[in-house]
Amino acid sequence: MIRVELPAHLRTLAGVSGEVTLEVEGQVTQRTVLDALEARYPVLQGAIRDHVTRKRRPFLRFFACQEDLSHNSPDAPLPDEVAAGREPFLIIGAIAGG
Amino acid sequence: MSGVRVLVGTKKGAFILNADGKREKWDVSGPFLGGWEIYHLKGSPVEPDRLYASQSSGWFGQQIQRSNDGGKTWEPVGNKFVYDGVPGTHQWYDGTPHPWEFKRVWHLEPSLNDPDTVYAGVEDAAMFRSTDGGQNWQEVSGLRKHGSGPHWTPGAGGMCLHTILIDPTHPDRMYIAISAAGAFRTDDGGTTWRPINQGLRSEHIPDPTAEVGHCVHRIAMHRSRPKVLFMQKHWDVMRSDDSGDTWQEVSGNLPTDFGFPIDVHAHEPETIYVVPIKSDSEHFPPEGKLRVYRSRTGGNEWEALTKGLPQKDCYVNILRDAMSVDSLDSCGIYFGTTGGQVYASANAGDSWAPIVRDLPSVLSVEVQTLP
Repeated sequence: MIRVELPAHLRTLAGVSGEVTLEVEGQVTQRTVLDALEARYPVLQGAIRDHVTRKRRPFLRFFACQEDLSHNSPDAPLPDEVAAGREPFLIIGAIAGG
Repeated sequence: MSGVRVLVGTKKGAFILNADGKREKWDVSGPFLGGWEIYHLKGSPVEPDRLYASQSSGWFGQQIQRSNDGGKTWEPVGNKFVYDGVPGTHQWYDGTPHPWEFKRVWHLEPSLNDPDTVYAGVEDAAMFRSTDGGQNWQEVSGLRKHGSGPHWTPGAGGMCLHTILIDPTHPDRMYIAISAAGAFRTDDGGTTWRPINQGLRSEHIPDPTAEVGHCVHRIAMHRSRPKVLFMQKHWDVMRSDDSGDTWQEVSGNLPTDFGFPIDVHAHEPETIYVVPIKSDSEHFPPEGKLRVYRSRTGGNEWEALTKGLPQKDCYVNILRDAMSVDSLDSCGIYFGTTGGQVYASANAGDSWAPIVRDLPSVLSVEVQTLP
């Protein structure tokens, strides 16, 4: 079971409160986690990754286990703590704007 | 008793203002979709409780929201705007080719006869159409594939398609406008388009009378006379009497012919409204006086409408989609400002009063006249 924390606006869009938990088949990577998240909540398609390029939107960051994983390969394995459900995968909205 | 519903898009959410036909007492509800930029919201002419809203964010991109109860509740629908085929390039600010990239929806125009059909004008400039209530969007790609596309350039606000007008008497005829490419018309439901910019003159482009490249800010039409168009250009107020084939300047005695919105009285097709703004770059009312100008002669002769509007120390702007009219017997005019005020006149502009004064910066105002 993978735990994902969403920023407030995405929780509102998805109609959830608190953490989201997901089953992820196979290796646990940014891509497989986000694919599972978007499959469960289609409204999040395009809100985290661009529809066409599938790249992370520039003002979002991916954190876990006190590390910024945003620039890692989307196919790199996430930390074991995330894969084991002991730590959440954090999707963070940049502190920016007015 | 009939009433009006004013749909206000702001930089931090949507607001809905309701009043009866007297338009004296207002109920303000919102913010809806709080924290997001609501570039535009508009209702279906055939099913007024069906509303569409463009919700966008620098963080989370584009969403389209739909309401089936007049804005009380909203549901996200489709947000996938993918250009048809290889997007190609347009001209960047420095003249170099720049790939077409979707950024946001500026304007939503529901069909005149089908509540599930709606058009979207987007940045980078293109038109999309949904025929299933906003769930799925397909590009009306004949427009972007018009041969001039590589020469279109962004204005300061981005390369946006901001105006969509549907001819009520000729369902396959539509007009659109792009900053900064100009105005275009289709006569075959969007399959083919042609630029309609003859008569426009823009000194800030290399060829002031070029076929494309003009920074059109807004076009307006009266439903009873759809061949007559009025345009607020970056500079100049223009008029066409032949469906955009040719244009004549009608700025006349305006204190400045720069501005963003333009609209037409609901019952008097020769009565038009603009809000002159000082430019370049200042983009606030001349002398700090907020004045709507009205022409009852289809342009050239203009009168300042000031009663109830601030006549000192006012430095707000009124954006291109932030003016609208109702169709009650005494035509109501409404506009919103970048300072968060929404002003209303229930007597065709003779006098004004604020409905609200302290909203977030207003991006758009649309009015529905309810039975």
